[in-house]
Amino acid sequence: MKIAIPVDEDQVTVCASFGRAPYYLFHDTETNTTEVLENPAASAEGGAGIKAAQFIVDQKSTSLITIRCGENAAEVLQAAEIKIFKSEGVKADENISALKEGKLAELTHFHAGYHGIR
Amino acid sequence: MKVAVLSGKGGAGKTLIAVNLAASAKKAIYIDCDVEEPNGRLFFKPENVRTKQVHTLLPEFDISKCTGCRKCVDFCHFNALIYIKDKPKVFSEVCHACGGCGLVCPEHAISEVERPVGHLEQGTHRNVDVITGVLNLGEASGIPVIRDALKAGEAGEALAAKNDTETDSLTVIDCPPGSACSVMESISDADCCLLAAEPTAFGFHNFRMVYELASLLKKPCGVIINKMDAPYEPLEAFLQEHEIPVLLRIPYDMKLAKLAARGFIACEADEAFASLFAELLKKIGGAVR
Repeated sequence: MKIAIPVDEDQVTVCASFGRAPYYLFHDTETNTTEVLENPAASAEGGAGIKAAQFIVDQKSTSLITIRCGENAAEVLQAAEIKIFKSEGVKADENISALKEGKLAELTHFHAGYHGIR
Repeated sequence: MKVAVLSGKGGAGKTLIAVNLAASAKKAIYIDCDVEEPNGRLFFKPENVRTKQVHTLLPEFDISKCTGCRKCVDFCHFNALIYIKDKPKVFSEVCHACGGCGLVCPEHAISEVERPVGHLEQGTHRNVDVITGVLNLGEASGIPVIRDALKAGEAGEALAAKNDTETDSLTVIDCPPGSACSVMESISDADCCLLAAEPTAFGFHNFRMVYELASLLKKPCGVIINKMDAPYEPLEAFLQEHEIPVLLRIPYDMKLAKLAARGFIACEADEAFASLFAELLKKIGGAVR
């Protein structure tokens, strides 16, 4: 299982934003390795959620842990059969442990976009 | 002459001013660019209404030609395209119809198809050609409808100029509220901007936003203060400091509110309001009816 988590500048705290998180943390449960990559969508003018979702798919993630997620991004992730879990707690590693123990619930509410054009 | 009426917030009086200005003129074209909520037609009740569909373009993929190079996905400035499970997909409400994806596709796998986003209604009310842009529910961007409405206005102007060389045609553009892209589009060809403002802290804040936009686009501006009971000093000071002319102060008047609420055009229903708006029209250089 490869878990993706949006993280803040400190690279350990779960970021409140999905599409515009500065970094993404990827944890591979089979090799027990963690890698942090810059989010290429962080400064997108529009469609940041879509672009971030594409990035997560391209990194071959199988699960995402996030605080919130928009409708468009959810559509991309679901098309790629990536499971989306609701983040509990502040740090990324707490969330990874919680997911491994089956303590995280799936995220079922997806918000409409905050698209700046309206 | 093209006059745009705009304001930083809804309910400041754009439609009241735009409708009455057009109705006061000898001859006018009224264009409702507030396509999410076009209200001018409620007052004009135009006759002989013709409708016309408005479309935008959307990329369509020939999957058999797509090699998955992702040039289109990388090109899309708005991130409307993704490539997933060996297939490209477009998010139609994010797409701005620039056509760039089709240009960069080396396999010519992308063509553009028309997607309906709204319609125009064009009719007449006495001396006014009434053009109304209507955006379909759920659409994210009104720009294509606004563009077509303005184009229809230009066609009307050309026709008017041919038939009557003596009277300068007046076009009144009723803008959407706020200062976003849709407003920019609406005022892009306007000769001047009339800014509707309320004499309150909130009204002042929103006024400054549209004033900034209109100044950025180098449009001459005049202010109309609506629902005027007492002057709001910070607004008055700002107008003085920036030398922005106050073209009209519309009183906070129960009679006016009642007329509007019943769908009457104030200048047609009441002598006092008729002279108020005729005065405004003269100030901006239009021919009064």
